[in-house]
Amino acid sequence: MTIAAMIGKPGKPIPGTTLFDGEAARKGYALNAMCYSFNEAANRQAFLADEEGYCARYRLTPGQRRAVAERDVLGMIAAGGNIYYLAKLAGIFGLNVQDVGAMQTGMSVAAFKQMLLDQA
Amino acid sequence: MAEVVGAYFTSHVPSIGGAIHRGAQDDPYWKPFFDGFPRVHEWLAEMKPDVAVTFSNDHGLNFFLDKMPTFAVGAAEEYHNADEGWGLPVYTSMKGHPALSWHVIEQLVADEFDPVTCQEMLVDHALSIPFELAWPGADQWPVRVVPIGINTVQHPLPSARRCLALGRSVHRALQSWQGAERIVIIGTGGLSHQLDGERAGFMNREYDTFCMDKLAAEPDALTRDSIHEIVRQAGTQGVEVLNWIAARGALGPSAREIHRNYHIPISNTAGATMLLEPA
Repeated sequence: MTIAAMIGKPGKPIPGTTLFDGEAARKGYALNAMCYSFNEAANRQAFLADEEGYCARYRLTPGQRRAVAERDVLGMIAAGGNIYYLAKLAGIFGLNVQDVGAMQTGMSVAAFKQMLLDQA
Repeated sequence: MAEVVGAYFTSHVPSIGGAIHRGAQDDPYWKPFFDGFPRVHEWLAEMKPDVAVTFSNDHGLNFFLDKMPTFAVGAAEEYHNADEGWGLPVYTSMKGHPALSWHVIEQLVADEFDPVTCQEMLVDHALSIPFELAWPGADQWPVRVVPIGINTVQHPLPSARRCLALGRSVHRALQSWQGAERIVIIGTGGLSHQLDGERAGFMNREYDTFCMDKLAAEPDALTRDSIHEIVRQAGTQGVEVLNWIAARGALGPSAREIHRNYHIPISNTAGATMLLEPA
């Protein structure tokens, strides 16, 4: 996609972008609260030991639970996830922001990294 | 009289911390970014600031969505870093300057800003990494800190115009401070990047160049756009340029650029570093 197409037109929705606003913050509260808990190493371990139980403890909605189970980052964002909190979930699986970028754009990690380098 | 010696701006991407930790500064991938720092070290050695007034955004270490302040001013004796969840080392704590913090808070409220005041506040990579870049290997930081947080996470965000005005109010506070401190202003984050959505990986050299070109002499030009249009041009996380805009306001009415480094990409981000001095 060209940079012009990625920028879009003033006053119109921004292509491929969800603003994390009050509506998203309300919808995503449980998911983001769970991810915020992953600042603590013990909580990351507890999630790995019993993912289902940990998600239940934070009362994830069915949509949030499904997106987490499927490691579906766009699904988590659609369910109100904020990327700064989701990054802490990704960290549990050893995934960095290039891995997460690849997951969202449907590229391989190598292709996503190359796309970043190509903007030099 | 206290003196504002200048302003230092830099990206704060977590993977910079990883590169420092691994000693990868001279790797071909990282070198173009780290090459921007010898000049910063030289300038700081010459200016010898002993206080830093910083503008940055929290990324879910100190603030959660249960309470999300638009503007927050730290007024603590000490600020600690902590585990952010993805493997960075825990960085050296920072000493505060609570008397100056409260002086800044008094001025902000007198100027009709309504900040949250924090006598306890964790600081995340948005401060620790710029400090590691500025004073590599320091056992303790040579500056005491007045940290000011701006919400760049949950919309609605404060406008660029409001952030510049906030910075200008901080400058008024520093002008009336009776101490003998040498104060460096620090603005962190950006420049263009987007971590989330189908547009993940988006960067925008043209917009970043506009921001860097206007920062010293025409900062009001950076306030022309709404937050929505800044996100369009800079990316969902590139909106961290608000920290730069506020820091520019705190530097004072006129400024000149003395150093700039810009490199795409570091991680998913357009890496940028600048130094400005009062003019």
